[in-house]
Amino acid sequence: MGTRQMTSYFKTILKPVAFVALAIGLAGCAAGPNDDPLEPVNRGVHGVNLALDTVALRPGSQVYGAVVPQPARTGVNNFANNLSLPGTVVNDLLQFRLEDALHNTTRFVVNTTIGLGGLFDPATAAGMAARPSDFGETLHVWGFGEGAYVELPVLGPSTTRDAVGLLVDSVLNPVNQVATAQQMNVIWGVRAAQRLDDRFSFGTTVDSILYDSADSYEQARLLYLQNRRFKLGDTVEAEEELYDLYEETFE
Amino acid sequence: MTYMKKPLNKLTRRGFVIAAGATGAIALAVPGVAQAFSTENARKLIDTVVKEINTIINSGGSEARMLRSFEGVFGRYADVTRIAQLVLGVDGRSASASQKSAFARAFQTYMARKYGRRFREFIGGRIEVQSARAVKSFYEVKSLAILQGSRPFDLEWVVADDTGKFIDLKIEGISLIKTERAEIGAMLDQRRGNLDQLIVDIVKI
Repeated sequence: MGTRQMTSYFKTILKPVAFVALAIGLAGCAAGPNDDPLEPVNRGVHGVNLALDTVALRPGSQVYGAVVPQPARTGVNNFANNLSLPGTVVNDLLQFRLEDALHNTTRFVVNTTIGLGGLFDPATAAGMAARPSDFGETLHVWGFGEGAYVELPVLGPSTTRDAVGLLVDSVLNPVNQVATAQQMNVIWGVRAAQRLDDRFSFGTTVDSILYDSADSYEQARLLYLQNRRFKLGDTVEAEEELYDLYEETFE
Repeated sequence: MTYMKKPLNKLTRRGFVIAAGATGAIALAVPGVAQAFSTENARKLIDTVVKEINTIINSGGSEARMLRSFEGVFGRYADVTRIAQLVLGVDGRSASASQKSAFARAFQTYMARKYGRRFREFIGGRIEVQSARAVKSFYEVKSLAILQGSRPFDLEWVVADDTGKFIDLKIEGISLIKTERAEIGAMLDQRRGNLDQLIVDIVKI
């Protein structure tokens, strides 16, 4: 990116981001005490996603896993992860995590050059493991609450904050800014392939959640929220209550 | 010197007796405190659990044998009764004592089968205990699971202070208690709150 491109990048991308952040802040306030205010809508979307998994994602992932050998799938995943790194660096900077920004910049440079355009991940092998981040985390660092739980069509579990994050990330990533329309098609293709591989690799686990549990919507919601809060270091709940209930109920 | 020695000895001995008496008094007055588990003990417990799990997943035994070994570890070091009661949560309030114990037995089988299958992914890997800290009436022991072909992930064990056994396991922040409470709750709803039916059904899952 040249200086002029940089300036226009900050003008066109970062300015709207601030407005979006403001909007999500207001939306977050409306959530109230109910921990799943969008449940009726979410359950509808969950039904659609479940059907999509049954007819497309699950069988598609099995074909992908069987046809494409493991090293090739890993290469595609590495390539997709590498393309997301510039966006991660922008988020690191927005979160004032300069050490992470440097870490991820180094990862990008090493994997793009020595890792042959990102097909390999020599940075991790050299002890520089991935440190993912996204705009949802940036909003968290800036002090915005997670908002309401939402199940997005196709994309799955999220929150209002993380959904805004996804949207912002798609324009925030400098790679998406410099890529041509044709290159963007490749990027979306690679992302889709990565999604198939995830579904293939965690096949039995995902199957057990989606098809074996008594309430797959609630399981997916709990798994997403607990894991997301853990990753963000956002322990909003008094965890002690979880184990204290025992005294109250049984003694 | 010889004059000094006797009284000093006496004094020391008396001091010891008083100290011991005081400790005993505290132990009587506040049961649980003097006998309490410590952060070090909690760490040792999980060290043992992890060591046994590491032995199982690298034993090269058949899956059925590994499942039995896991159930053994679970029975020895986890407070299965309390886990079952925590999972039943509010729904357990109206349950009778015999229903509670029947549920605890059924839940142990359900757990061993459901999570034992999941431990298949651990074969050839290892778990390392990292740190332990006290939180109110329990301890959190953090460990890292290093498995073949995947990124290391966090396993956190929750050890109860009073029984000295573990009562929860969090995988990347996902609590077994919380997840199973929702699942058992949903199963109970499907059976219109019929706990006896649930007890019969969960061992078959």
